[in-house]
Amino acid sequence: MDSDPFYYDIIMAGFGGQGVLVIGNLLAYAAMMEGKHVTYLPVYGVEMRGGTANCTVVISSRQIGSPVVGSPHAAIVMNLPSLIKYEPLVLPEGLLFINSTLIEPKETYRKDIEILSIPVNEIAIDNGNPKLANMVALGAFNGKTKLVQMSSLFGSLEKVLDQRYHHLIPSNIKAIQLGAEFVRKMT
Amino acid sequence: MDQEFEKMLAKGNEAIAMAAIDSGCLLYFGYPITPQNDIPEYLSKHLPALGGVFIQAESEIASINLLLGASATGARAMTSSSSPGISLMQEGISYMAGSELPGLIVNISRSGPGLGGISPSQGDYFQATRGGGHGDYRTIVLAPSSVQEMYDLTCLAFDLSDKYRNPAMILGDALIGQMKEPLVRRKRSKMDLPPKDWALTGAKGRKPNRLKSLYLQDGELSEHNWKLHQKYEQMKKEEVRFESFFTEDAKLIVAAFGSMARVSKTSVELAKEEGMKVGLLRPITLFPFPETAFYDLSQRVKLFLTVELNTGQMVEDVKLSAARDAQVYFYGRPPGSLPSPEEVLEEIKKYYRLGQG
Repeated sequence: MDSDPFYYDIIMAGFGGQGVLVIGNLLAYAAMMEGKHVTYLPVYGVEMRGGTANCTVVISSRQIGSPVVGSPHAAIVMNLPSLIKYEPLVLPEGLLFINSTLIEPKETYRKDIEILSIPVNEIAIDNGNPKLANMVALGAFNGKTKLVQMSSLFGSLEKVLDQRYHHLIPSNIKAIQLGAEFVRKMT
Repeated sequence: MDQEFEKMLAKGNEAIAMAAIDSGCLLYFGYPITPQNDIPEYLSKHLPALGGVFIQAESEIASINLLLGASATGARAMTSSSSPGISLMQEGISYMAGSELPGLIVNISRSGPGLGGISPSQGDYFQATRGGGHGDYRTIVLAPSSVQEMYDLTCLAFDLSDKYRNPAMILGDALIGQMKEPLVRRKRSKMDLPPKDWALTGAKGRKPNRLKSLYLQDGELSEHNWKLHQKYEQMKKEEVRFESFFTEDAKLIVAAFGSMARVSKTSVELAKEEGMKVGLLRPITLFPFPETAFYDLSQRVKLFLTVELNTGQMVEDVKLSAARDAQVYFYGRPPGSLPSPEEVLEEIKKYYRLGQG
């Protein structure tokens, strides 16, 4: 048994196509590279682009029992339907990360959790590639929680992304960095 | 770390496909169905390059009969599908058992009955463990509960299938099939297996072999059935596998397999944190079922709670196995929603109190 047991779980949700499964995968991979136990559970379905997608990532210093999480320590919500579904589930004193480009922060109601609002689409558009909003979110979330080293996230890109996207790794790294930087400037 | 044993983050379904290749299975026949498509996807990409054969058959019925034919030649072969497709295969599985042919059938089950849906379910427990097809036969059934076990038990299933000349099944579900976890692709040392001198290989320089399930001579079929029965009895003696988790001083035992065992494990840990003496017994082989393990535990523990993702199937085997004065309760969910560890914990508390009263 670990002397310093660590356990953290996150639900990430958004429209299909927003890339929440990819960032869940990256976070799990990065944590695994750092020697943690991890599970990554996508909720798959008949949904396609435009439908809803979510995944649960568990990171622990010990063997993980359930990959299914009822009340997560953190939720990353990329759109309004995801906010409505997951805000009530976050553990008290947990973290709710909202994409404030698509969700008005005033839509939230919880007072017992920390709410982090980041306009991830705007940041991605300003950077010239709106598709990388998910990477901005991942960078900002990890900048806030410091769950893994940034270098581990960068290293996991070539493992998680298909070979045909490897030429895009530098732009993905930049988007992750922008997210992290945005959070750093907030505090 | 050794390069060969690099830790990867893999889906349960992919782990099965890798294990097949590592077990020397280069022949795959199947027909697409959610939630197991990662298996044919992976194998269609990798088998041809290894000199193997990947066939997308016209149906599940064709797939199982291709498997029967391939196994008859002595080669390792497999198919995979999900519940409705596995139903279509039952006739072929019965013929394989009757003809004493090995072969791996993977069922990454979905929800039924009928076309049902694609959500995780353990509703195929009866079908898997009771044979499923016609006749007095059994299938070796292994139920992984992690991605690593998807790999390890697939390797084992090929060996057991060859050892007993009987079809073997991996029974998983969408939760274990779609989940990603660290996987170490370490090759197991192969079992010492008998030569496949029964295989149909052309009969050059030897007497012809005959593989069949039709026995019309007087007494022949009866003898054949007794022979099969003896194999199943031997499996019960030698092949039972299960995991015990905090069972030593437990006052209540949770029984669960596969995906629900994962959820229940966390519930047991939460119960422990609250000072309750609760353990978990997880059957890894669903056939042969760990009857003795349950019986032995029930000499001391009188409360059992079976947790399943169905409305009550394995609970019957737990009841049959436990001592008569043990109370066996059930908590289950039909398809559509997965219980969280906290919800299972509430059930544990409910029945644990009975033991306190």
